[in-house]
Amino acid sequence: MPHALRRRISAIATATAVVLGASALTGCGTSGDGGEAASGPVSLTYWAWAPGMDKVAALWNDKHGKEAGITVTVKKQASGDDLVTKIITAAKAHQAPDLVQAEYQALPTLVSNDALADISAEAGDARKAFAPGVWQQVTLGTDAVYALPQDSGPMMFYYRADLFTQYGLKVPTTWDEFAATARALKKKAPDKALTTFSANDSGLFAGLAQQAGARWWTTEGEKWKVGIDDAATRKVADFWGGLVAEGAVDNQPMYTPAWNKALNTGKQIAWVSAVWAPGTLTTAAPATKGKWAMAPLPQWTNGTNSTGSWGGSTTAVTTDSTHKAAAVRFATWLNTDPEALAALVRESGVYPAAIAAQSGGALAQPPAFFANQPDFYTRAAAIARTTAPAAWGPNVNVAYTAFKDEFGKAAKAKSGFGTALTAMRNATVADLKKQGFEVAP
Amino acid sequence: MTDLTAPPTRKAAPAAGTTPGTSQGPPSVRPRPGRIAPLPTAALLLGALYCLLPVAWVLVASTKSGTELFSTFTFLPGSGLGDNLADLGAYREGVYWRWMANSAFYAGFGAVLSTAVSAVSGYALAVYRFRGREAVFNVLLTGVLMPPVILAIPQYLLVAKAGMADTYLSVLLPLVLSPYGVYLGRIYAAAAIPMELVEAGRMDGAGEWRIFLRIAVPMMSPGLVTIFLFQFVAIWNNFLLPYIMLGDDEKFPMTVGLYTLLAQGAATPALYTLVITGAMLAVVPLIALFLVIQRFWSLDLLSGAVKS
Repeated sequence: MPHALRRRISAIATATAVVLGASALTGCGTSGDGGEAASGPVSLTYWAWAPGMDKVAALWNDKHGKEAGITVTVKKQASGDDLVTKIITAAKAHQAPDLVQAEYQALPTLVSNDALADISAEAGDARKAFAPGVWQQVTLGTDAVYALPQDSGPMMFYYRADLFTQYGLKVPTTWDEFAATARALKKKAPDKALTTFSANDSGLFAGLAQQAGARWWTTEGEKWKVGIDDAATRKVADFWGGLVAEGAVDNQPMYTPAWNKALNTGKQIAWVSAVWAPGTLTTAAPATKGKWAMAPLPQWTNGTNSTGSWGGSTTAVTTDSTHKAAAVRFATWLNTDPEALAALVRESGVYPAAIAAQSGGALAQPPAFFANQPDFYTRAAAIARTTAPAAWGPNVNVAYTAFKDEFGKAAKAKSGFGTALTAMRNATVADLKKQGFEVAP
Repeated sequence: MTDLTAPPTRKAAPAAGTTPGTSQGPPSVRPRPGRIAPLPTAALLLGALYCLLPVAWVLVASTKSGTELFSTFTFLPGSGLGDNLADLGAYREGVYWRWMANSAFYAGFGAVLSTAVSAVSGYALAVYRFRGREAVFNVLLTGVLMPPVILAIPQYLLVAKAGMADTYLSVLLPLVLSPYGVYLGRIYAAAAIPMELVEAGRMDGAGEWRIFLRIAVPMMSPGLVTIFLFQFVAIWNNFLLPYIMLGDDEKFPMTVGLYTLLAQGAATPALYTLVITGAMLAVVPLIALFLVIQRFWSLDLLSGAVKS
């Protein structure tokens, strides 16, 4: 049910996304924070989906919040594109909450719908707490700041250490080796596959393209330039399309019961994923505890060090908030204060975006599922530093839906991904034009 | 004290036709059909299987623990039902029960209100002749064809303008007027209420409200029960309207609430076992409602029949 609805909701989102004329770049934050109360208790609402966020907010309410007279109430939401639609709809009616949790790739969409306030004046100093590649995603390359990074999802390569030994496989350091490994496994155990290409997970494909150096949305003057079929992305699409076509990797989607089973029973022995994979594996493949290991993502050229990101989110203040300064104060505490970050790791299981919190402290121990790899988070922090910059545009949701449709068909037919990529680009460009944005050829 | 002298076994015989089933005489004994038509039976069995298999899956899957869910045979019951129920009850201090109560409130109260509105409007459209009657009815028919999904966002913007976004009313109000309910109400009232009866009532000096409440409503009741059930199920299963209307998770109905367990961001796995157990429990009130209301249905079909 949620899937069918999700599609419907995003269709509505496109229909209702009225263009406000300005592009994300020119839409500057002149929004009124006139009702700023200088004193008196302030009550803020915060839409978030991370589990346990209410407990982290309670920590604030009991101490700093009490001193500053700022109380934060968390209203738990379901994550995903639907929530972006919901926030935009609420913003249209001027009913949006003060604070929202938003994924990095959703920020341009929210900004172009005038839902997020520019907090550069209040939160500009937070810049130094984050890696430049992460910070760039909340500024959208402008002087404005539209959100504070909360968690990040640097991508990594996960593999079944025991089965790799059993089949005599080496951990691939380049994508060529990755393909060779997939073929070698198919030869030795035809009923197994190294991994699968999931046409359901647009974020994974976007992360892989990001690693290869793709820039999906850039600006040229006042025009958007869509690079979804640029050379880097094409390289990634052809690589995976080829592996699927020759049957070296599976073509079934991830996050399905069948996929869980394939991981749990060792039918698939590796997973290209992100830093949060241990949590997913804990529920998807409980029988394989302690048998996995993590390595950096394979590289396109020998000797380089680069990764993409999959997932990760931010805390943003809405234009509807009448207590902008108070909201920014809480958001800054939540995402930079050591105590708050430790609570986020403990209660919400996030991998913090703040560099200082990525090693030691709450992340000194490896995740329980990876107890066999004691330096898990030390290595993860090193990988996180190599995250390539990402370039998001105002209709990521449309591109993602097009990816699911087109790549889904192509993966099923095992026909290569070239046409699918062109179709995905064309759908994205057509939607931008329909929304009234100017698109550079 | 006269009744003491009367023989205890004697009672006044009920007037003919007041007890259900008696006006028709003894039910005729039909001959048992000699053979079963194989094709329709097979089609019906297939249909039943199609409907019941997912329910069976939910029932079985809710008994499985997290480790069993994706590893054991699909229809092999697991050992985790007790744990699943306990976990669901403990999830965020029992917020599931709050969602269940919210769902019951939205569905129960909403269905009653909607049935009342449907009864009044359906009756008016069937019995009174007034200018624009067909126009009103045709507009309603268009409403029947309009999927409620595409109305959710405009309704949200309207409700927000009235300052009622994120309140219980924001979910209840849009559901009160159900075009399909009014349509059913009119069709049923037209079929079940003879005009002679209404006129007889007027002749005897009853007001219009009295005629409606005392004569029409009892005659329409099987239809009203249908509308009530229909609306109850529709609201119970409704997702998009409360999803858009409500920001406060304390006011969520179960559908929206369970969705927050599934979509917790890429970094957090979905709580499949809890959602499946929650979905299993969500079916129980619906089944109970049908079992209870079924009685009224058959009873009213007998007592409400009109002979011409």
